[in-house]
Amino acid sequence: MDFLIIGILFLYLLSTVGYFAYLFQQKEWLHKAGYCLMTAGFVCHTALIGWAYVRSGVFPVNNLHQTLSLCGWALSGFFLFFQQQFRLRIMGIYAAPLVLFLMILSSRLPVEPEQINNTFRSFWVILHVTAILISYASFALACGAGILYLVQEHAIKSKKRGFFYSRLPSLEMLDSTGYACIITGFTMVTLGLVSGFVYAKWIWGKFWTWDPKEVWSGILWVFYAVLLHERLTVGWRGRKSAIMSIIGFAVLLFTFIGVNFLLKGHHGEFTKW
Amino acid sequence: MVSQAVCADTREDFYENTQNRNAVTMQHMREKTKSCQISHSRFLPDCGLMRQEIIVMGLNHKTADVELRECIGFSAEDADAALRNFQNDPAISEVVLLSTCNRVEIIMTAPDAEKAVTAAKTYISRTKHLPVSDFEKALYIHAGDEAVRHIFRVAASLDSMVVGEPQILGQIKEAYRTATLKKTSGVILNRLLHKTFFVAKRVRTETGIGDHAVSISYAAIELGRKIFGNLEEKKVLLIGAGEMAELAVEHLIRHRVGDIFVANRTFERGVELAGQFRGKAIRFEEIPDALTEVDIIISSTGSPGFILMKDQVKKALRPRKNRPLFFIDIAVPRDIDPEINRLANTYVYDIDDLQGVIEENIEDRNREAMRAERMIDEAVIRFREWYEGLDVVPTIVGLRKKLWGIAEAEMKKTLSHSLTHLSAEDGEAMRRMMNAMINKVLHDPTVFLKNKGCYADKAAYLDITRKLFRLDDE
Repeated sequence: MDFLIIGILFLYLLSTVGYFAYLFQQKEWLHKAGYCLMTAGFVCHTALIGWAYVRSGVFPVNNLHQTLSLCGWALSGFFLFFQQQFRLRIMGIYAAPLVLFLMILSSRLPVEPEQINNTFRSFWVILHVTAILISYASFALACGAGILYLVQEHAIKSKKRGFFYSRLPSLEMLDSTGYACIITGFTMVTLGLVSGFVYAKWIWGKFWTWDPKEVWSGILWVFYAVLLHERLTVGWRGRKSAIMSIIGFAVLLFTFIGVNFLLKGHHGEFTKW
Repeated sequence: MVSQAVCADTREDFYENTQNRNAVTMQHMREKTKSCQISHSRFLPDCGLMRQEIIVMGLNHKTADVELRECIGFSAEDADAALRNFQNDPAISEVVLLSTCNRVEIIMTAPDAEKAVTAAKTYISRTKHLPVSDFEKALYIHAGDEAVRHIFRVAASLDSMVVGEPQILGQIKEAYRTATLKKTSGVILNRLLHKTFFVAKRVRTETGIGDHAVSISYAAIELGRKIFGNLEEKKVLLIGAGEMAELAVEHLIRHRVGDIFVANRTFERGVELAGQFRGKAIRFEEIPDALTEVDIIISSTGSPGFILMKDQVKKALRPRKNRPLFFIDIAVPRDIDPEINRLANTYVYDIDDLQGVIEENIEDRNREAMRAERMIDEAVIRFREWYEGLDVVPTIVGLRKKLWGIAEAEMKKTLSHSLTHLSAEDGEAMRRMMNAMINKVLHDPTVFLKNKGCYADKAAYLDITRKLFRLDDE
């Protein structure tokens, strides 16, 4: 287990190095190396999570160690898929270190105690968790695209250009990728919330219990809904959209982690450590 | 040249002779030796044993002003005539002539550099009706490695007025094609030019020397692509007219932009320009309305004040759902209020900003040029290795000729004084023995000089050999 985790960390680290080397050197093979290493890391990571699942028989989100690992897994998987779709290579300098960071964090946390929570056997819960994690991964990438957009926009507006100008793609591409990420994320978060409600209704007999987690998830959903709506009607694009996707990601982080530490409610188990 | 080709054949012949030494019968050997002797006496004065030097004589935009370049430049017919003349000139063995608006280069090989240069100068002076002293100062003359390096640099566009401009390579290829058609280029220049094309291509693909735009209109397009991704179907509005603005529109058309609108103070002129670009003329007053539709605005009017203000553009942003707007203001004084740059999704570049982009790009190119120089240094060294190898054969031929000359003379002396009683057949046998001895004596030096044993400083060994046996004084 430990051996596998070290291997995964190592692959993600090399992938990060590859992508940064690509940023500086702009050599085609460096980007390919980064991508392949990331893929290798993802395959090992899948094996790790699959093994944890088989061993305990429940979806492995029993403590913060497992949850962060699963987040990293979702992010790297989504990034690989996204890379296939959009070919926004430079995104690797954002995604690879983020995945690495999540995995380092996860590996530093205690693996035990692992209390098996039987709710993680339900189809609705698994769907709920998976959908939410994928939506988080895509919102994370939207945030990355937003940051890159702001960097590139600043380079063009200030007329100073500099290091990133030639290395980043066009504003249009960054903007449309960010938009695609938000659409994906929004669809998945909606699916995640609905499956959560269905499960809540089934277990507690109520769709909505005013739990802080629920409230913040609602806020998050409304936030992205407004962003999409404004984009379609008034044309909130470019800078404004980029800033909003960064703020949205901050709200997301609070909903995900902050609520569990600062506020009380159900959903507390997965951040135990 | 023709004689050069024959010389090359003779060398091949010699190689064969030495390489298949063991397989060659005595009879054969004698014939070979004879043929060798004949070829020496016939071709020696041309080039056979002479070291061929590579020489470049030329002038360019740095050394000569435009009037002189215009005067000395060769038209296609002039170049043909010049090549024909040089072909018949005994001082010049091979020649390629390159003439563009920025440079004239005469690339030659010759046994004696000075004579060749003089011949070329005289020809220019005679045909261009200019005394040599009038253009001599503008000329640069490179020989050997420096000549090779110079040609590599020119082809890689390191010596161009705009470093990295791509045309020069095509021009050199054309010049070389002409030379091969006229058969004025031989073994050395063929090799040199092929290496030149190879190096130039490598520099272009492996360094960023031609990467960034260095003209106003290209810089504008590069920026446009950083904003819009690709320019296809983007609508363009040209305000006013002017060479640079029209050039920019033409570049945009090449990037397959969509509709083109032209606004001019005088509507008729606008209609005329619109016809030129297959666009649509609009009235000057319609510009603010057009802003809701177009994506790229190129402005170049003679107006003393701004013709587009921030408020006008701001109003257009909502109807266009904040799709980006890119203003290219080429006019001096400026047409577009620079404050517009502060609006979201709106970018304004004036002529100074574009100039800034170009200067930065030029700096980038210069940085890349340093990497290119390194590649060229490498190529020069590799070419030198080949070129020095070329000297081996004449040296070996020279050695053989010297030894055989001595043997002949001594044998004659002995046969006619002390060994007069020998029959003709005995004399023939002695000749065969002499020949075999010379071959045996020369075997090791030949292998040594030809092999990679002395690869590093072949030139030095050849030099020593030539001095030891005084091959050059003959």
